[in-house]
Amino acid sequence: MNRQVELAVLGGGPAGIGAALAASQCNVNVIILDRGIAAGGQVYRPPTKPQNTGQLASAPDHVIGERLRKELALSSVTCLFDRKVWSVQRGFRIDAIGPTGQETWEAERLLVASGTTERVIPFPGWTLPGVMGLAATTLLLKSQRVLPGKRPIIAGSGPLLWAVANGIIDGGGTPVAVIDLADTRCWVSSLPALFSRPTDLLKGLGWAYKVRRKRVPVISGASVGKVSYEGTSLVVEVVKRNRDGTLRHAGQKIQHLSADALCIGHGLLPAVEVTQLLGADHVFDGKAGGWKPVIDDGQRTSIPGLFAAGDCTGITGAAAAHLEGQLGGLTVAREMGRVTHNSYRRRAQALRRHLLRASRAGSKMADLMMASGSLLDNIAGDTVVCRCEDVTYGEIQTALAAGATGLNQVKSWTRCGMGPCQGRVCGDTVATIASRHLGGRHVVGSWSPQVPLHPLPMEDVVGSFAYQDIAIPEPAPL
Amino acid sequence: MRQTSLAAWGCYSLSMNLRMDQSLIKEDAVAIDVDGNTIIARPGDSVAVALHAVGVSTLRHSPRSGAPRGIFCLMGSCQECLVMIDNKRRLACETIVRAGMSIRTGGQL
Repeated sequence: MNRQVELAVLGGGPAGIGAALAASQCNVNVIILDRGIAAGGQVYRPPTKPQNTGQLASAPDHVIGERLRKELALSSVTCLFDRKVWSVQRGFRIDAIGPTGQETWEAERLLVASGTTERVIPFPGWTLPGVMGLAATTLLLKSQRVLPGKRPIIAGSGPLLWAVANGIIDGGGTPVAVIDLADTRCWVSSLPALFSRPTDLLKGLGWAYKVRRKRVPVISGASVGKVSYEGTSLVVEVVKRNRDGTLRHAGQKIQHLSADALCIGHGLLPAVEVTQLLGADHVFDGKAGGWKPVIDDGQRTSIPGLFAAGDCTGITGAAAAHLEGQLGGLTVAREMGRVTHNSYRRRAQALRRHLLRASRAGSKMADLMMASGSLLDNIAGDTVVCRCEDVTYGEIQTALAAGATGLNQVKSWTRCGMGPCQGRVCGDTVATIASRHLGGRHVVGSWSPQVPLHPLPMEDVVGSFAYQDIAIPEPAPL
Repeated sequence: MRQTSLAAWGCYSLSMNLRMDQSLIKEDAVAIDVDGNTIIARPGDSVAVALHAVGVSTLRHSPRSGAPRGIFCLMGSCQECLVMIDNKRRLACETIVRAGMSIRTGGQL
């Protein structure tokens, strides 16, 4: 049986919580659907069990997360966790797999707060066990209280580098090095924007200070050339970058470091599967992470009744995401006539004012995370780009040289992006490679969205039954 | 796989321990079977975390080249941690440990 609701919010992170709370306070009947086991999303994800809290108890993210979870618990929002949404149709019909199997929801309005996917730009050896994303490492440290390794290397770009390095030091690990793609110049140039959020600035400076005090080597303006195993240790080749962003080539002194894990990430991408699936207008914005839905000043997309908020509309960080969510939830309430025009205008204006400040710092951080396309020069012909189907850089280039006209043709010619991750991991990289050949991301396009949104076992959809449970109709009379 | 006896529990654990908090109340321990070895996990652990904490890094082999793969995104997106759990293909990062669970790694899934 289909269950009806006025507003369905996809994603229980900062944006989804903001939207659900704002709408429910205006007496809108709201549900949140989320894959996790509690609200918070990735940034405010709670520890798996209370005794795991440890020194986290006083961490700002943890405090905010606990406060939001408490507010949700006191509200009239119905939180549905452990729900894997696998199909969304206009109108809106949502199909999800929950703890008791298949569920279908019908919602008058839908607000997508699906957050982000981490981007990791391929390099030789990136598929080896022991190499993992920075976001994955954050989850290990924050939510599970487990180290990625005892002597890991942390590499990539953006503030997550320093957050992870700190988490590892606090957890008793010894980072071998922090390899930062940005050099000091990049960080200094972003300082003015960061002053708009002094608490985040202080947090960042605190992280950097602790890393220096622990005498963890920081290699700035450098990147990982390749990784391989020597016995049981990972050997990481460190390549310095030139001032123009290109990597220094052979002949230069290349440093080798030995570690037991490599945590690496190159920024975040908006997760736009659902808004693309529903056919909303999208625009490519490299600074915001990639393709993002076009939204108005009330978080409406181009589809009536469909809203989007948070990092899935462009990376601006958790603080801005929460405000965007609140604005979206309020707009939903306004559309349904649950809040007066004047009250909406007053509250929306206040939210937009805060949002402007929060997103300024957030966007700058996102900008710092964005690695330049020159990192692709580092990929060798036989480097795997599509991890699911083991499609190499060389194969993708061959397809493009043979005349593939866009991302979807590369996919059908090479199987790149056709595996179980549905192109989430390689999509941005393949698009960047293709746009070099074809001239721009708009020309290249993006993968056609597909249902199911995630691979799922057939038995989860149809349930389990025995042969004799299948009703056999009476044969028609002769 | 290397094994060291964990006499206190009367079962085995792999040599590495990456947990920040080493203390574990015996009643809380969840024993799972991984390729014939007993591994001690904590309630609430995902299978991926329980395996990572004791040093099991290879979870499967890629279908085309047979290259070893391990945890990568830990949020159900990359599909790299696909293992056989009680004879079903499941993502290790999305499955919470349960006493007596049987896990097979290393398949070409």
